[in-house]
Amino acid sequence: MTPEQTKAFEEKVYTFVGKPIYTGPRRGYDDVNSAMIRQWCEVMGEKNPAYVDQDWAEKSTRGHLIAPPAMMYAWTQEGYKVASEGRPTDGQVEMVKFFDSYGFSGSLGTNVDQEYFAEAKVGDAIFEESVIESISEQKTTARGIGYFFETYAKFTNQDGVLLGTQRFRVFKFIPPQQEEVTPASSDTLEIPTRVAAPRGQDNKWWWDACDEGKILIQRCASCGALRHPPRPMCGVCQSTEWDTIESTLDGELFSFVEMHHPKFPGYQYPLLVGVISLAEGTRIIANIVGCDVKDVEIGMKLKGKVERVDEKTILPQFYPVNN
Amino acid sequence: MTINVSGEAAIAGVANTEFSKNSGVSELELASVAVRDAIADAGLKPSDVDGMTTFTLDNTDEIEIARAVGIGDLTFYSRVPHGGGAATGLVHQAVMAVATGMAEVVVCYRALNGRSGHRYSSGVAGPLLTSDAIHWGWYTPYGLMTPASWVAMYTQRYMHLAENVQDAMFEIAHVQRQYAAKNPAAFFYQRPFDRADYDASRPIVSPFKMLDCCMETDGGSAVVVTTAERAKDLKHPAVIVKGVAQAAAADMESMTSFYRPEIARIPSMDIAAKMAYEQSGLCADDIDAAVIYDAFTPIVLWQLESWGFCDLLEAPKFVLDGALRSDGRLPTNTHGGQLSEAYIHGVNGVVEATRLVRGQSVNQPAKEVNNVLVTSGVGVPTGGALLGRSD
Repeated sequence: MTPEQTKAFEEKVYTFVGKPIYTGPRRGYDDVNSAMIRQWCEVMGEKNPAYVDQDWAEKSTRGHLIAPPAMMYAWTQEGYKVASEGRPTDGQVEMVKFFDSYGFSGSLGTNVDQEYFAEAKVGDAIFEESVIESISEQKTTARGIGYFFETYAKFTNQDGVLLGTQRFRVFKFIPPQQEEVTPASSDTLEIPTRVAAPRGQDNKWWWDACDEGKILIQRCASCGALRHPPRPMCGVCQSTEWDTIESTLDGELFSFVEMHHPKFPGYQYPLLVGVISLAEGTRIIANIVGCDVKDVEIGMKLKGKVERVDEKTILPQFYPVNN
Repeated sequence: MTINVSGEAAIAGVANTEFSKNSGVSELELASVAVRDAIADAGLKPSDVDGMTTFTLDNTDEIEIARAVGIGDLTFYSRVPHGGGAATGLVHQAVMAVATGMAEVVVCYRALNGRSGHRYSSGVAGPLLTSDAIHWGWYTPYGLMTPASWVAMYTQRYMHLAENVQDAMFEIAHVQRQYAAKNPAAFFYQRPFDRADYDASRPIVSPFKMLDCCMETDGGSAVVVTTAERAKDLKHPAVIVKGVAQAAAADMESMTSFYRPEIARIPSMDIAAKMAYEQSGLCADDIDAAVIYDAFTPIVLWQLESWGFCDLLEAPKFVLDGALRSDGRLPTNTHGGQLSEAYIHGVNGVVEATRLVRGQSVNQPAKEVNNVLVTSGVGVPTGGALLGRSD
């Protein structure tokens, strides 16, 4: 955009600040009800009996079920028909279209801040009033150039009691030019796979053997020392001649971790990774599978199998030896 | 001819930029501000500087900064690899340069938009086929691809061998947050936490909780090193570099040295400690306070053992006796550390160590502080420096 275009854009876009998103308070399609609460809690893994256990709730000091406060925003959402019919026009839609028309077509929700003041119980009606609260100056981020806008929503019940407020922050940006990609045929979905090891001169033979179900250990052809991970020279005698032996994959756990955060696409959780001492004397890093993390301990005996873990990846996986 | 660098060089100036989650400025600007302010803190002019050193990881060219700040002719420039392992490596480079006459005034710097730009917590994976990429390939298919995951692997092993490790990890995180809560420059200024908060904090990689992990920061730090002679006449009392060493122990991988007979310790730091103590003639008993690299809580434990403050596997006891607190045996990470002040790859630690010797820490211990240890990141090739008052 030229400086003149930016100026024209900003003059108009800042006029949206302060505008209400809906004309008047907007009532949720459904009043607070136990079915929607139960479904939301199921998806979130929320087990608090105050939300989901009718009997418990009736005996509690409240005497009734309440909705999770974080669900506040769910009551007044458009619902599934946004996907089929698009969002009906409102103050925010109008502003977003204006951003899009200048090429700021990327949208990234960046922050949600909610504050809760009162509880919503089954049977309550939820009303939302929202306003476009602010638009930042132009920012350059890793995603591209754009503007952050913030909406501010107030949620009340049928008696006008303030239940909570929410600030929602969105980054509207010009998406960087994408490289030409061949569109996948519409009936195949690309499933993410694990981050593969790049294969170069010094390690390709190892991964090729792994693909064929064998875990090899490099052996110095001169002094017989075993080494893993592979490298082109023996650190003991400096020979560059080597051959390999095949591991039996009998091992013992030397250390381990459980990965929680961040979660990577293509990996299955719970995800346990161990340092395993192999019977041959070298160590290998691999996943520990077929057991609960509670039962994993340093020193436990393991047996490895070479297995396909996704469409593109074959790896050694280690199982506890039971007896 | 063998030169013992001990006492040949001094830190004359230090500075940090503001620490934030979104600096809104370029890394060149952060670096330039830190460098300018460190030179001013020394009472020198940019034109006095003739050497510069930084991390290989730093994105900003030294000559770009030199031009931006108005530094003149350079006769020494160098870079130190291995991320946070370079923190005191910068001092090491600068000390060697001024001790050998290659330069007289060397600025060490590190600046990064570590939160709003590239985030180290996002893991390793890339298209380049280098020996480094092949190295990561032994771990990424299994999901072991974040700094937290690599250090957690050593930690689990340490927990298997030592006692009270989780309590000691809490103590480290907690003491440092207490310091940060009183440091207006710290990200967590006035934001203490308690054991319940720690226990409830989100698991990252077991056994690490979020509060065991450092943050990601936008900011810069710089340190001016010159000859001990010249430092005498500058603005602040000279902070003498009494010992400084770098080390990468045998059978090392970057962050994943899982193949040594025992992995619950840091042999590279053992070497650096031995070398720095030998240069300086100091021993652990002479060290009054410390700034110990703290990307994750347990790495502080292993370094306390490396530097001889306690025996192997005894660091949890040392820490739980209150040693790291302001009135303890070894007040440590008094700025809040990288857990709670800012993560500038340990160079903010060199700034704090200098301030401790000067008596200017925002949490200056009541006792006399003559000698301070500061260390680099571990798991990678590492190092450390012993800073002290001139005799």
